[in-house]
Amino acid sequence: MRGRWPAGQKGARKSENIPSAVDTKTMHPTCLIRTLLVALALLFTTSSAFAQDVEALVNALPEGGYSDREKVIFDLAATGDERVAGLLDALGEGDLYVREEDGRVVAGKRAGRDYALTDALTGEELGTAPSSALEKIRVNNRLRRAVRSAIGQLTLMSPSPPVRLRAARSLLRNADPDSLELLGTALAAETDPQVKKMMETARAAIIIKTDAGIEEKAAAIDLLAARGDREALAMLTGAHSSAAPELQPVIERGIAGIERKLAMWDGLQNVWYGLSLGSVLLLAAIGLAITFGVMGVINMAHGEIVMLGAYTTFAVQQVIRTSFPGLFDYSLAIALPLAFLVTALVGIAIERGIIRWLYGRPLETLLATWGLSLFLQQTVRTIFGPNNREVGNPSWMSGAFDLAGLSITWNRLWIIVFALVVFAVLLAVLNRTPLGLQMRAVTQNRRMASSMGIRTPWVDAMTFGLGSGIAGMAGVALSQIDNVSPNLGQSYIIDSFMVVVFGGVGNLWGTLVGALTLGVANKFLEPYAGAVLAKIFILVFIILFIQRRPRGLFALKGRAVDA
Amino acid sequence: MSTRFTRRAVLAAALAGSVSLSAGISYAQEETIKVGVLHSLSGTMAISETTLKDTMLFLIDEQNKKGGLLGKKLEAVVVDPASDWPLFAEKARELISVDEVAAVFGCWTSVSRKSVLPVFEELNSILFYPVQYEGEESQRNVFYTGAAPNQQAIPAVDYLMNEEGVERWVLAGTDYVYPRTTNKILEQYLMDKGVAAEDIMINYTPFSHSDWQTIVSDIKAFGSAGKKTAVVSTINGDANVPFYKELANQGIAAEDIPVVAFSVGEEELAGIDTEPLVGHLAAWNYFQSVDTPENEDFIAKWREFIGDEDRVTNDPMEAHVVGFNLWVQAVEKAGTTDTDAVLDAIIGLETPNLTGGIAKMLPNHHITKPVLIGEIQDDGQFEVVWETEEVVPGDAWSDFLPESKMIEADWTAPISCGNYNTETKSCGGAS
Repeated sequence: MRGRWPAGQKGARKSENIPSAVDTKTMHPTCLIRTLLVALALLFTTSSAFAQDVEALVNALPEGGYSDREKVIFDLAATGDERVAGLLDALGEGDLYVREEDGRVVAGKRAGRDYALTDALTGEELGTAPSSALEKIRVNNRLRRAVRSAIGQLTLMSPSPPVRLRAARSLLRNADPDSLELLGTALAAETDPQVKKMMETARAAIIIKTDAGIEEKAAAIDLLAARGDREALAMLTGAHSSAAPELQPVIERGIAGIERKLAMWDGLQNVWYGLSLGSVLLLAAIGLAITFGVMGVINMAHGEIVMLGAYTTFAVQQVIRTSFPGLFDYSLAIALPLAFLVTALVGIAIERGIIRWLYGRPLETLLATWGLSLFLQQTVRTIFGPNNREVGNPSWMSGAFDLAGLSITWNRLWIIVFALVVFAVLLAVLNRTPLGLQMRAVTQNRRMASSMGIRTPWVDAMTFGLGSGIAGMAGVALSQIDNVSPNLGQSYIIDSFMVVVFGGVGNLWGTLVGALTLGVANKFLEPYAGAVLAKIFILVFIILFIQRRPRGLFALKGRAVDA
Repeated sequence: MSTRFTRRAVLAAALAGSVSLSAGISYAQEETIKVGVLHSLSGTMAISETTLKDTMLFLIDEQNKKGGLLGKKLEAVVVDPASDWPLFAEKARELISVDEVAAVFGCWTSVSRKSVLPVFEELNSILFYPVQYEGEESQRNVFYTGAAPNQQAIPAVDYLMNEEGVERWVLAGTDYVYPRTTNKILEQYLMDKGVAAEDIMINYTPFSHSDWQTIVSDIKAFGSAGKKTAVVSTINGDANVPFYKELANQGIAAEDIPVVAFSVGEEELAGIDTEPLVGHLAAWNYFQSVDTPENEDFIAKWREFIGDEDRVTNDPMEAHVVGFNLWVQAVEKAGTTDTDAVLDAIIGLETPNLTGGIAKMLPNHHITKPVLIGEIQDDGQFEVVWETEEVVPGDAWSDFLPESKMIEADWTAPISCGNYNTETKSCGGAS
């Protein structure tokens, strides 16, 4: 069977039959019309002006296979028409459609259930249309690469520096020898230092691929080596095998230099990943630090309360998507208090309904809450279905930025910040508010507190509600990095107990230190031992540690101690 | 004493009454052919398997609309093994010996299949298994309607090698039998194709792994060696969403390092915003977006049955459609639902795949399928960018592993063996 796979061209062409036939049922008549139109347009262009030429090319975009389309893209780029950049950008994003009624190529942006249409070239508004009236112009990876390189070439002379910078970057990524001449012209006219540097790097990346002179190449290698990131490393390693013998040592020196630099940053990157994993553990465990740590309730349904928080986020986003799409970036801010309220109420109901009858009977509590966790899971499964639900990342939580040699993703950064804020607020509530005072009083000596006039059952309910509410807020954060499915809670329950037990039952600071320690330790083990073994090592370590110090890192007196 | 006696008498009478009542009901009803549905409706695997249960109900409903089978109505018997592997065996036993089903459609994970195998062998019943799996198995009572490795993994690797020019490979998987066996086959295959050992990185993660930062940045580092790199992902179930989210956040675009997945279909993508994932790939034998009259008809009827206009379809669903059609044909041909007769009748039967081509039941209990490579689109669907010219016959025992190269499965006379060793000419060749 090995010999049977078709070669490149054939595969692309064959597959092309499928997209163009996607809507055959509704499309037969318009297809004909469109072909006629294109034929007409082509007829006109042979005898008419330059602007017409671009339009004909645009109209030819939907025709033929991926390789035909690739050719059209290069032809479009070759016209040098300034409107083409926007058009290609839309094509690369998959926003170009053919309107079925007249076969016109339009750019469509989703607006509610319909698409807002504009002319692909001029940007003229064309009203809206439902998706059934549009046929998408499909692109694959090869076309996206072609689009990227074409846009790079087209926008290299743009008056706006950020656009030029982006253009230079895409030329750097593609490093296509054909763009060398263009780059030289652009470089001569460039004034912005940042853009100039990027262009020089792109030029260097291309030069080491061409058959330029040894000295020119050596200079290019030095320039890349000075850049010192992974991309430069990739280019140098790629050039190494085919380079002339006298250049080999220069390249090797460059590679060694970059690798030294990267190794240093790798350590820091690991610490960052560790802190980030630790903050997730902290978020998952901090609610449990209240219910289990302070109150001594073994709450196996803790994970499910986290899950309820995540589903609240989903519900909020669902309402926002259908009714107020403009508010999407604030969806998490809206979901946070709601999730706190919902889960705190559920928590209070659980405490009043089940747990208060079982104080002092840890085994029964364990079984009852475990049963409750199954109940909650199945309830959510019945209401929302067993599948994952899509919770989107607001724009300020997507993507990454580079800080020196570190690559930091926004969602992780915000989760660390959020975890620390939640921790600080919780600490303040426990130490600075009357509720916190009463909680600590009840925890330390229930009968004394009771005789001082504190309504201990009320305090119990409030404490459990607080712990659950915080678990719900953790769910909002976790929905940003994990699945929102009925099983969400299960994956965190063991980790949460591990953190609380390791940190010391009843001590919030212990939970913080415990979570961060476990996170960092896990991330330092992972590159050597692999993800599976790293988890096992951590578990073994905790078991041994608990043998040495049964009360965890920071032992504290509390109700659990009295019991 | 007397009160106890009367109480017992009342109880006995009530019992007798209920027995005769239920007997009466079953007489009043017309006789049916029972079909077992063994898919988890709760627990971890409910996410994938619930849809398959609905698919079976849908298929049985459709068949009954056509007048049933052998003049009788079909009746689905649904049980919930709750993602608990030993419970699969118990529930299978219950279906076969208590409910006396004619055939069972079910299982998703390989471990659940392995757990029910002895039951089907012992009680001599039939199982249709609809999920792509690691191969290296062929059992008399099981029909594998999902893809074997040569119908999914190998063509996908060929595509990346020929079309995308990939030279460096990351094989990332969840730590259990399917990814491990598949990666073993792939590693051997790549080595045979001349890929150096240092150009292959193999990585395993636990189930539901959610912190992908280190691994994704390792992939990034591995990809910066100046050679085109791709990731072959056998990551299963829940772990996919955080994996793809991390890929998107660390800015790994499909144009630079494409990821081809074997366990990510339309259902899994429903939980992710696919905008940043456009261009990553999946290899299956079915995509919802494939345009054939059979598929269009199936999607329309399925949506009507389930009452949801946006409900997606996926590859294992198609496997059930094909498996069910073949079973119906086999029963019609044999004129009975008797296991041995159906086992004999089904081999060589044909039914159209929903994606074109004909699915034929082979003597090794696998079927012929086309292989499709699709790119993820921003609407959560796949766009087919490549497909095999002809259907590919499923190969139970991989030809790329030295220990299974000489083993063939053939359940027709005279061999009638799931692991026939072509070198020693004897049955039982799997050492």
